[in-house]
Amino acid sequence: MQQDKDFIVRFAGEGGQGMVTSADSLAQSAAQVGYFIQTYSTFPSQIVGGPTWAQVRISNRLVLSSGDQLDALIAFNQEAYDTHAKSVRDGGVIIYNSEAFELEDDGRSFGMRFDELAKSTGNPRAANMVVLGAIAHLVNWPQQYLNDFVVRRFTRGRPNDEHIIEANIKALSLGREGAATTSFDLGELPPTEKPTWDQVLVNGNQAIALGAIAAGVDVFVGYPISPATTILVFMEQNLTGEDKFVYQASSEIESINAIAGAGYAGKKAMTSTAGPGLSLMSEGIGMAWMMEVPLVIADIQRGGPATGLPTKTEQSDFQIALHPAHGDASLPVIAPGTVEECFTAGAVALNWAERYQGPVILLSEHMLSERSQNIPTPDVPGVVDERRLVYRGDNGYLRYENSTMSPMPIPGGPGSYVANASEHDPMGDTTHRPDRHVHMTERRFSKLALLNDGTYEEELPEESVVLMPWGGSKGPAREAYDELLIQGVNFGWYYTMYLHPLPDALLASLQKKDLVIVPELNYLGQFASYLRSLGVRAEALTQYDGLPFGVRDLMVRIPDLAASRKQGVEKA
Amino acid sequence: MTTKNPEYDFAWCPGCGDFGVRRAMEWAIERRMDTLGEVIENTVVVAGIGCSGNMVHLLEGPQPFGIHGIHGRTLPMAFGIKGARPELNVIIAAGDGDFLSIGGEHIAPQAQRNLNVTAVIMDNGVYGLTKGQSSPTTALEVITPTTPYGKIEGALNPLDLYLTLGATYVASGISTKPRDLANLIYDAMSHPGFSMVHVQSPCTTYNDNFEALKGNVGKGIQPLAWNVPDDHDTSDKAAAGELVRSHGIPIGLLYQDPDSVALDDRYAQVMARQKTKTAQDLVDSFAFKVE
Repeated sequence: MQQDKDFIVRFAGEGGQGMVTSADSLAQSAAQVGYFIQTYSTFPSQIVGGPTWAQVRISNRLVLSSGDQLDALIAFNQEAYDTHAKSVRDGGVIIYNSEAFELEDDGRSFGMRFDELAKSTGNPRAANMVVLGAIAHLVNWPQQYLNDFVVRRFTRGRPNDEHIIEANIKALSLGREGAATTSFDLGELPPTEKPTWDQVLVNGNQAIALGAIAAGVDVFVGYPISPATTILVFMEQNLTGEDKFVYQASSEIESINAIAGAGYAGKKAMTSTAGPGLSLMSEGIGMAWMMEVPLVIADIQRGGPATGLPTKTEQSDFQIALHPAHGDASLPVIAPGTVEECFTAGAVALNWAERYQGPVILLSEHMLSERSQNIPTPDVPGVVDERRLVYRGDNGYLRYENSTMSPMPIPGGPGSYVANASEHDPMGDTTHRPDRHVHMTERRFSKLALLNDGTYEEELPEESVVLMPWGGSKGPAREAYDELLIQGVNFGWYYTMYLHPLPDALLASLQKKDLVIVPELNYLGQFASYLRSLGVRAEALTQYDGLPFGVRDLMVRIPDLAASRKQGVEKA
Repeated sequence: MTTKNPEYDFAWCPGCGDFGVRRAMEWAIERRMDTLGEVIENTVVVAGIGCSGNMVHLLEGPQPFGIHGIHGRTLPMAFGIKGARPELNVIIAAGDGDFLSIGGEHIAPQAQRNLNVTAVIMDNGVYGLTKGQSSPTTALEVITPTTPYGKIEGALNPLDLYLTLGATYVASGISTKPRDLANLIYDAMSHPGFSMVHVQSPCTTYNDNFEALKGNVGKGIQPLAWNVPDDHDTSDKAAAGELVRSHGIPIGLLYQDPDSVALDDRYAQVMARQKTKTAQDLVDSFAFKVE
């Protein structure tokens, strides 16, 4: 069923062998002629080398996940073959580097001498072009697609452009001819129609940064950490202009306190981090909640705990995102599930922070940070730059007198007060009075009600058993859901990126269901557990191997879970 | 706060050195208002945790903005405020435990950046608010609740530390001379860069070292504190280093880098050369033309 609508190829080998470049090149050449594409790559936490793979999925319709059943595997070494051969679908093809290892004829693999062919073109770095040429043959692509790509890519206004273009096109041809000597054929990708909308090619982290900038972020302070570093780097390069400030901090403790200072001083402030950094920020986040200072923390989840799996994906920070600090505090959490949603989340997180005057967690994940996709161009003029309610009265203002959100004085203007991490009275001075702590605790929680504009998806609402993924698991879950529908297996579908506070109407619907199945990438079933605390009969479908869900797996496990629960109910 | 908040019930012990530091800070801020015409709301006092941090609630007269944050993080908060709003006057008020122990990791990066703030550190050589435990500046062999057999670490030399880490203004004051201290704080606020004013501010309850600092001729006690000589060249960092490492505690201005360029000025210079990129520009840079 997959092979008639899209094409999935994985490049696997040692870091530095051009896996990511190959995947990107294939993706770009496909996108340039109008296909939907998505790339994903994963690599070990080291500068060069180590087992690395990159995958590209090409389709004539919107790509929901990176896909798990490979049409083609390009294995650069024996280890790559041993690891990934099992992911190739029936009828799929494996091309291996026969300079690195040899295989017995197994009816689905053939070897090519990538480097030798590349050298013969006069450009020893063209090995990935040899590979792309071979792939183009397998899917019956016109040679012109890749030739056009090469011309665009290497026309850089340098004296040797022409030579490089010639060598690369020769490498493409050699690869194509090599594959043509075999009888392998993956059929044809269906033709594409040119999209009628403008598009951009971005990854999840770039989309978050763009969304934040569109919503008017003023200050960004962050510390390098995988897989969030690319947001910091993007901001360092691009957050320019008067009244903007961006800086690499000396630690995540410095990051969180610095953006709290900036938020207090009247600016839209943000940081990005991953699990270990979020742990270090804990006390500072509690302080921002206590002082009622707007700020945004983007947590790009990786495998944990502790240093964990820095370059693998996991959705195991939901609970710490919801409760990042000691004491009574519960933060707004926005978890985008697609690259497009990353843009929206970057903007809405900042606006929520301003609106309720407190810290907001944007919860993304490695699989989105490393996913490049062609998406409709985000509507920048349509992004709201929401600013906080600023106090403009006389001095002598009681900042914390109200029982809910109140205008905030900004240094330099009227209404000086003390922003206090200790429990405080209306002036901001320290207090220990029981009635004050009750009043202030209730005030802080009451403000969450201001964030009730979250949207959600709902399909087949009449079904009593429903699927509700969150974050990046949305893609594979949606793909599995669509396939199950085609097979006549019906569930309801619910989804939102606004995990806390959940949209009221969504929660009310979920509370009426017999079973809410939550696919999530963690051991504990963190989001399902949270839903249960809200009176939802939720059951997690977990995976914790550092990889995204496979669609095939979900198509088996979702109906199995539903059936086992039904049996349990009948037995009882 | 003003003096009229009955709900706030914290008070310094009678005779606490922090009273003198408060007076000096108030004078310095008022002088700034008088001479520069700066409104009080342009000043932000960032306080640490401990007795000294309560300064932010106890300042009398015109009320600046204030932050009473978490333990040890005054510098990172000041960094964020100053980055966001370079035109604000930012003063840190913290103690030796807050600033030098839990907050010690933040001094080096901010000194290196030459963050344009003034830190007034009240050193009483003890954790007062938590009832007398040893601090980085508690002397060797002193017995406290957490050093019941005598402290086995030597005392940190904060002035030497500030010089070493690259502070561009380093002064030493004493709470019994609030006029002199006010002048040091005022000059520190005028200095473009990272300004340290380290103040001997004794704790009358747990570490009453007034006599040790001032000396007592009758008892034959030589004073620990001594005035920086008039002929000391304050632009000579090496000479300042010799003074702070010689003996006791020199009081006065030790070092001021005459060529200091503050972080906010450097940042503005670099950014003035960069093109402003709008969100639309950036999104367009990822545009993908379908052939």
